Amino acid sequence: MSVNGQSAPGPKESTRAATPPAGKGAGVPTAEPAAGTATGPAASHLPQVRRAVIVGGNRIPFARTGGAYTKSSNQDMLTAALDGLIARFGLQDERIGEVAAGAVLKHSRDFNLTREAVLGSALSAETPAYDLQQACATGLETVLGLANKIKLGQIDSAIAGGVDSASDAPIAVSEGLREVLLDLNRAKTLPQRLQVLSRLRPKDLSPDAPNTGEPRTGLSMGEHQALTTAQWKITREAQDELAFNSHRNLAAAYDGGFFDDLLTPYRGLTRDSNLRADTSLEKLATLKPVFGKSLGSAATMTAGNSTPLTDGASTVLLASEEWADAHDLPKLATVLDGEAAAVDFVHGKDGLLMAPAFAVPRLLARNGLSLDDIDFFEIHEAFAGTVLSTLAAWEDEEFGRTRLGLDGAFGTIDRSRLNVNGSSLAAGHPFAATGGRIVASLAKMLHAKGRVDGRPARGLISICAAGGQGVVAILEAH
Amino acid sequence: MTDKYTQFVSRSPGRDIARKLGLPQPVVLRRHKPGQPLITGPVLVQGTGTGADELASTLLAWDLDVRRHAVPKEKLGAIIVVLDELARPEDLARPVLTAATSLRDLAPNARVITVSRAASDSADPAAADPASAAARQGVDGLLRSLAKELRAGATANGILLAGGAGTTSPSTLGALRFFLSGRSAFVDGQFLTVSSAEGQLPADAEKPLAGKVAVVTGAARGIGAAIARTLRRDGATVVVVDIPAAGDHLAAVANEVHGTALQLDITREDAGQRIIDHAVERHGRLDIVIHNAGITRDKLLANMDQSRWDSVIAVNIAAQLRINEALLGSQHFRESPRIVSVASTSGIAGNRGQTNYAASKGGVMGMVRATAPLLSVHGGSINAVAPGFIETEMTAKIPFATREIARRLNSLQQGGRPGDVAEAIAFLASDAAGGISGEVLRVCGQNLVGA
Repeated sequence: MSVNGQSAPGPKESTRAATPPAGKGAGVPTAEPAAGTATGPAASHLPQVRRAVIVGGNRIPFARTGGAYTKSSNQDMLTAALDGLIARFGLQDERIGEVAAGAVLKHSRDFNLTREAVLGSALSAETPAYDLQQACATGLETVLGLANKIKLGQIDSAIAGGVDSASDAPIAVSEGLREVLLDLNRAKTLPQRLQVLSRLRPKDLSPDAPNTGEPRTGLSMGEHQALTTAQWKITREAQDELAFNSHRNLAAAYDGGFFDDLLTPYRGLTRDSNLRADTSLEKLATLKPVFGKSLGSAATMTAGNSTPLTDGASTVLLASEEWADAHDLPKLATVLDGEAAAVDFVHGKDGLLMAPAFAVPRLLARNGLSLDDIDFFEIHEAFAGTVLSTLAAWEDEEFGRTRLGLDGAFGTIDRSRLNVNGSSLAAGHPFAATGGRIVASLAKMLHAKGRVDGRPARGLISICAAGGQGVVAILEAH
Repeated sequence: MTDKYTQFVSRSPGRDIARKLGLPQPVVLRRHKPGQPLITGPVLVQGTGTGADELASTLLAWDLDVRRHAVPKEKLGAIIVVLDELARPEDLARPVLTAATSLRDLAPNARVITVSRAASDSADPAAADPASAAARQGVDGLLRSLAKELRAGATANGILLAGGAGTTSPSTLGALRFFLSGRSAFVDGQFLTVSSAEGQLPADAEKPLAGKVAVVTGAARGIGAAIARTLRRDGATVVVVDIPAAGDHLAAVANEVHGTALQLDITREDAGQRIIDHAVERHGRLDIVIHNAGITRDKLLANMDQSRWDSVIAVNIAAQLRINEALLGSQHFRESPRIVSVASTSGIAGNRGQTNYAASKGGVMGMVRATAPLLSVHGGSINAVAPGFIETEMTAKIPFATREIARRLNSLQQGGRPGDVAEAIAFLASDAAGGISGEVLRVCGQNLVGA
């Protein structure tokens, strides 16, 4: 098994294998079995694998929960995002190889959410679809899974996507009521039915609302991150600055027309409603901490440097080079490789949202790359503290040695390459829709950048997810 | 939708009530539907010269029921009066008075079409002769008056020949087809000048734009969306353009017409290039550009501020000029290209509270006239269509009484539909209209103001 491209046969791969990053990479995947998952050779390292290109994307503006999309279902929003994509690329009545999307907060009736959205869209009704769910990594995982199918020649075109509504979230009945209702259905006689009904207690009538708490710890995601933020000694000022940059960069991107071919308005919204173009470090500094308050004076996480609950949907059009050419469509970037990781947050070994800190070193090593070889970093801002804790871990010598199995620290990223057109703190974060937002935006940025030092511009995507998981990917300018 | 009053008076008892009270009696107009015959009923071709003979035999080849002499009491679909040999005003009497005897036999939604020579034509020495010019110009007053006398949805329009164009030149026949058909339902009392023998009749009359790639700006709703639908129906591949903020409506139109949506602010410096790039990269070519995007920011001039003035000029005319510059400079806009701009009757007759808008729309007409020779080099043409009162979301917001008066103040006594404007544009964008350039065609039902 080749883990760092030594046996790669393609011209791209052999170039890379000739210049491995000094002193890094080798042996990473096996150095920390507790934090690792089984890794095989990446698709980009298989012989004769064709490329999967990103043609473009479309999303609807993201709306703070309880705002413009309060009355919109996941299916409504995903259909709208699909229809905008179809309109942009002229895909009416086209039979796409496969569509994959998902939602984190999902009604049980939406078991075929993506297929239903396809049927409601302008695509050919003969387009197959499947749902996928991997918490906040759902959107990126649909891109990676479909890109792999394209690379292997199973399909020629695909649409990846994700959607989430915290406004239209499912509410379940309590366990007590659910058991009574099921037993009632099985009861055959009137006395049996009355007997079942007599078990009902008033407390059974209160509904079971969804929450962002981790089932195994009972802690909310924010409280988990607060522990990690404190562990890595991330300051309030650093978090506020990251949030400020996110808003400033996103506002500038809108003003410059960056989203003109990435976004289609929906329900009167033309920009992400969470964006505060006029925010300032002073304003952010006035906000009171909301997470980690039990940690006393260390509480640094506010509503300003944490993402709010958000509604929205995104889609990405993927294709083989041949399909894109045959349809006269652009080829913005290729999906080079992806990696998933998970951490043992239950026993406190690592923070809940720290899996990307392990996934990225493994992914870069497999591709013979270092952080210096990346031109754009897209690190999903679940919380400012998540991004900063990840960067701190990579800059930490001990973490590099003991957890990543390196000689020293993994490395430092050039902050001027981080989330240059804003990220989730400003745009908001409709869980499953974030991956598609990032992939489409990054593909456009890479295409505009073109080549750097004679090689295609590269971008790294890192998305943390509930359950201690993380999915990361590398895109390259086409 | 036909307005409620028109529906009411188009059948009894509404029809009888309106007649007794002397109220306007608009009829439901004949509009083009794919597969429909060009016109039903016999077509009477009047005129004794060779031009008339040639035209009559061409119409026979179109499977029309052509008559050279009227049969009393027979309901006529159309009367075509060929006046291409007028030399003196006295020459008008015979053909015109002969046609007059058939006017009462016109069927509802019939057509009267004159074919005569343009009064001013630098290529024709006869136009310099005062008597000849008088006779030719006489047709103008005659036709516009006749249009006001016709009833029951019948219209009268004229074709003017110039620059060597004859009665059977491609664009003469193209214009004739347009005026005969339901495509010209809301065009009344108007002239189209055919100024060259350029142009080509379509192989398939149902798909005159087959193989063409067309761009429509301001296509998210209203007239723009109707233009996109009509161009698509006529066979074109359509790129719909509108500002990013209108993207959701734009996407719906794009998906309906099986085209592509381009979210673009046309006032951007690079708008022309982006339109060309999109059309060429996605669809391989660019043949037709429809400048439809426009805004209103109404105020009396005394209350006008800089931003209202500037934004209207920027969107309605400055953007069109800049996009045209890019088109004229592009290698991809060289094969009989077509530009059609949407002007307005406000730009012709003026409208209280619309000095900025009327200035911009007057500007469109000036631009069209001056751009025509620049495009003719490549066999191209540029024209404008000036809509009158059209039933849109915008005019639906006009207060009831004002709206009711505005929509009745034309010879057809009703408002037009967005599709009526689109039909005129689709015709001017077709190969058949290659001999027509620098023209402004009003789609206003012969609006009594400014027409």
